[in-house]
Amino acid sequence: MSSGELEIGVEPTESFLLTTHYSLLTTSLIDLEEENPMHQTTYHRASSVSEAVKLLNDADDGKYVAGGQTLIPTMKQRLAAPSDLVDLRHIADLKGIEVSGDKVKIGAAATHAEVAENAALAKACPAFCHLAAHIGDPHVRHMGTVGGSIANNDPAADYPAALLALAATVHTNKREISADDFFVDLFETALEDDEIITAVSLTVPEKAGYGKFPNPASRYALTGVFVARRADGVRAAVTGAGENGVFRAEAIEKALSSSFDASALDGVTIPADGLMTDIHASAEYRANLIAVMAKRAVQAANG
Amino acid sequence: MAEISMTVNGRKVTGTVEDRTLLVHFLRENQGLTGTHVGCDTSQCGACVVHLDGKAVKSCTMLAAQASGSQVLTIEGLAESGELHPVQAAFKEHHGLQCGFCTPGMIMAAVDMIRRHPQGLDEKTVRAELEGNICRCTGYHNIVKAVLAASEAMSGKAKAA
Repeated sequence: MSSGELEIGVEPTESFLLTTHYSLLTTSLIDLEEENPMHQTTYHRASSVSEAVKLLNDADDGKYVAGGQTLIPTMKQRLAAPSDLVDLRHIADLKGIEVSGDKVKIGAAATHAEVAENAALAKACPAFCHLAAHIGDPHVRHMGTVGGSIANNDPAADYPAALLALAATVHTNKREISADDFFVDLFETALEDDEIITAVSLTVPEKAGYGKFPNPASRYALTGVFVARRADGVRAAVTGAGENGVFRAEAIEKALSSSFDASALDGVTIPADGLMTDIHASAEYRANLIAVMAKRAVQAANG
Repeated sequence: MAEISMTVNGRKVTGTVEDRTLLVHFLRENQGLTGTHVGCDTSQCGACVVHLDGKAVKSCTMLAAQASGSQVLTIEGLAESGELHPVQAAFKEHHGLQCGFCTPGMIMAAVDMIRRHPQGLDEKTVRAELEGNICRCTGYHNIVKAVLAASEAMSGKAKAA
């Protein structure tokens, strides 16, 4: 598995997903003999991207940390044990949200709260702000970042659906990667080990909406669908449902291309092949949710 | 080991801690500020909520070293001159607690929520905003009442001033 910015260091199995989202149940299994559940690590604070890269390359088995809202809990569960943590949260170049005409650029270290509350972005693409405002809870949104979320590429995270549907571009310290190429597999992205996401950029769509059925405990997407209508067509991306993470739903895109209205999705069925089955929902249930959430997304986009 | 320094409840503090030390443990064990609780320890219950540079965060989900250089406000720093903060007073008045374990986190979350909604709050918003705080006694009803009352009292106070 190639690595992401917040790679978790274990094979991403279904049991891992269960532990992440149902960690309440599993913490008590942690070795109670040891006072601190987390393995030793060495913390570094980078003030520039180049310094961060150097710190990571000098480390034995280092990881970048941004908001840490996935990585710190993962370390507490001993599912990750990086020798070093390189904190990206204080790098000025990674901050800020710019909206200029129909171009949007969001710094990788922008928090979910900053994205949700940005007035210019709310005007340009309100669906993106709506999505950010429904990640986790207010306290998590004050720390968690766009860059950290997409680098982790949790199959139930929200941003991957938006970025894929909006045909966004991921900017790193080395290159630009299209969202189509960025999200590779569960917890796997196109990022190299020491590569740092610096920003994401997108072109404002004509219309966009996000429909999400949140897991009632974790607020991760049990299934979420982001739809976007652009001059070159309609794109619909699904998170929380695919066995290999976020994906585009062609049947939905095709139906919405002829008519961008929820009624265009009447009778559209999604096959359960390749969808996840876990304790929360079967693949068949998720297949149905995709159609329902797509309708809600279109209604939101047209609302 | 990490040398850290931060301002906690207006007081400059320093400490030498293991890099893996969580902020909540630094506050409780090094600073003796045991008002901030560890509930679930898995980033879900919100009993550990403190303010970091003015914003509510879960102190069990960040290292003390990550908070170095920041301003931290805990439940102990809320009351001024021996007088309860309006949110504390509202929780007392409206019975917003039973066992009290979640209360420090609830109050810190409520103060943050009210700050972000200067135009006022309604019940639906309060319930949605309490997403990150779990209470196993009250059924939330009186917590919501307390937050709404505090929001009203604080905006009234702001208008009077």
